[in-house]
Amino acid sequence: MRAVITVIGKDTTGIIARVSEVLWKHGINILDINQSVMDDLFAMVMLTDISKCSVGFTELVSTLNALGESLNLKIHTMHEDIFNSMHRI
Amino acid sequence: MLNSFDILETIKMIEQEHLDIRTITLGISLRDCCDRDVSAASRRVYDKITGKAEKLVETADTIAREYGIPIINKRVSVTPVSLLADSCDCEDITPLALALERAATAVGIDFIGGYSALVHKGLTSGDLKLINSIPGALSQTCRVCSSVNVATTRAGINMDAVAMLGDTILKAAYLTRDSDSVACAKFVVFANATEDNPFMAGAFHGVGEGECVINVGVSGPGVVHNAVKRAGDCDLAELAEIIKKCAFKITRMGQLVAGEASKRLNVPFGIVDLSLAPTPAVGDSVADILQEMGLESVGAHGTTAALALLNDAVKKGGIMAAAHVGGLSGAFIPVSEDAGMIAAASNQYISFDKLEAMTSVCSVGLDMIAIPGDTPSEIISAIIADEISIGVVNNKTTAVRIIPAYGKKVGDRVNYGGLLGSAPVMAVNTRSPLKFISRKGRIPAPMHSQKN
Repeated sequence: MRAVITVIGKDTTGIIARVSEVLWKHGINILDINQSVMDDLFAMVMLTDISKCSVGFTELVSTLNALGESLNLKIHTMHEDIFNSMHRI
Repeated sequence: MLNSFDILETIKMIEQEHLDIRTITLGISLRDCCDRDVSAASRRVYDKITGKAEKLVETADTIAREYGIPIINKRVSVTPVSLLADSCDCEDITPLALALERAATAVGIDFIGGYSALVHKGLTSGDLKLINSIPGALSQTCRVCSSVNVATTRAGINMDAVAMLGDTILKAAYLTRDSDSVACAKFVVFANATEDNPFMAGAFHGVGEGECVINVGVSGPGVVHNAVKRAGDCDLAELAEIIKKCAFKITRMGQLVAGEASKRLNVPFGIVDLSLAPTPAVGDSVADILQEMGLESVGAHGTTAALALLNDAVKKGGIMAAAHVGGLSGAFIPVSEDAGMIAAASNQYISFDKLEAMTSVCSVGLDMIAIPGDTPSEIISAIIADEISIGVVNNKTTAVRIIPAYGKKVGDRVNYGGLLGSAPVMAVNTRSPLKFISRKGRIPAPMHSQKN
């Protein structure tokens, strides 16, 4: 399964490092990454392969949510299909 | 890779614009639960529903977590219970309603629909037993929803039933007089009722349906509202185009979730209902869309035209996004469940008659409108007859969910909280239609040529 992880919030140092570290620890491969900063607002979109993730999806979502809260960022982890179905014909 | 803009757009829709799956409704046939003994029939009903819907809530919650899409309601619709009532040898079939309530509680859903009868041409003994039991059943239960189909375009209007239902609604209002006559919020009178509607209070599992089916209702007034806002001063054709694109995206999400639920529950997928279903939450209002289109308030002249455009564009956008479309599919205009409508009604910017006019171009009908508690039965029947005529002549579904709030007068309020919201009591025309309603009989089916 592939998941899209988005990170949105106020820009600060080490966001990518902190998020990537959690993904690495859980055996998640980052397939693509895209990041932009507009008016101090940081937005990162990552496409990941979570088929070898060491924990269940629900636990992964909770871990990333907790990380988001500790960094004062909003992290969404969602199945890739939701975006494919909404934005591709 | 996916476009970041698209991804962030979806997240914004969910986070800020209330995009959600409004309901996953599991339709269950109860045709194998008939028994002469009402207690035995009730046991079968309970066992069948709790067996089939055992994993509904858990599965829907898992899908919601994985896809990051809120699934607000999980519900069940069943075969019209009057078909079971036909076989029961007792007069009081309330135990069947109580069995539905227990089953709904056991599987963890908020509403169960199908305490219903289809009487557009006539009433069987079971239909009559069901209608007689509605006030008692709805006042003794919290989750059971009831509906009666009194007309179809092919059969005409059963005015015997219409006359009877005025009394039914008043009795239901009286029996729940301590809670703003809430029983009436769980009862709908239909013309051309659909067999696969996933939305309450009118959902039932039609006799043409299979054993079990998954129907999904999407929503997203907030998403459409924001898209219209961003469109600025464009012309109406362009506006329709923007709404269509929005509806497409919303519906694709519904189709995905419906397919996934069908696969995981091993139940066939039925339809996606392309509806704009508001809630009383700020930013989740159909009235706000109409106002954003350029009306000072919903209810102003121009409201019917704006709603016609909106309703049509939602269908056009949604129809390509779903494999099967059904249910009510259109914009809902309930008064108490829409913050913009509540405000317009409170300020008397929208009248009962304008609401009736609006129902001729959208789904579903006169919905969640509180009227004075002392409104006579024949006036309620006449309100039903008028609304049902619009559906019958225009070959569409229409409905009446009206609340004669016991002990309340024009200007008072009813407050239900939650999804049912609140509403001011609205004035109705008090001239008497008694003689017309007392005639009873059937209004013949309309002709379908020479259309003017």
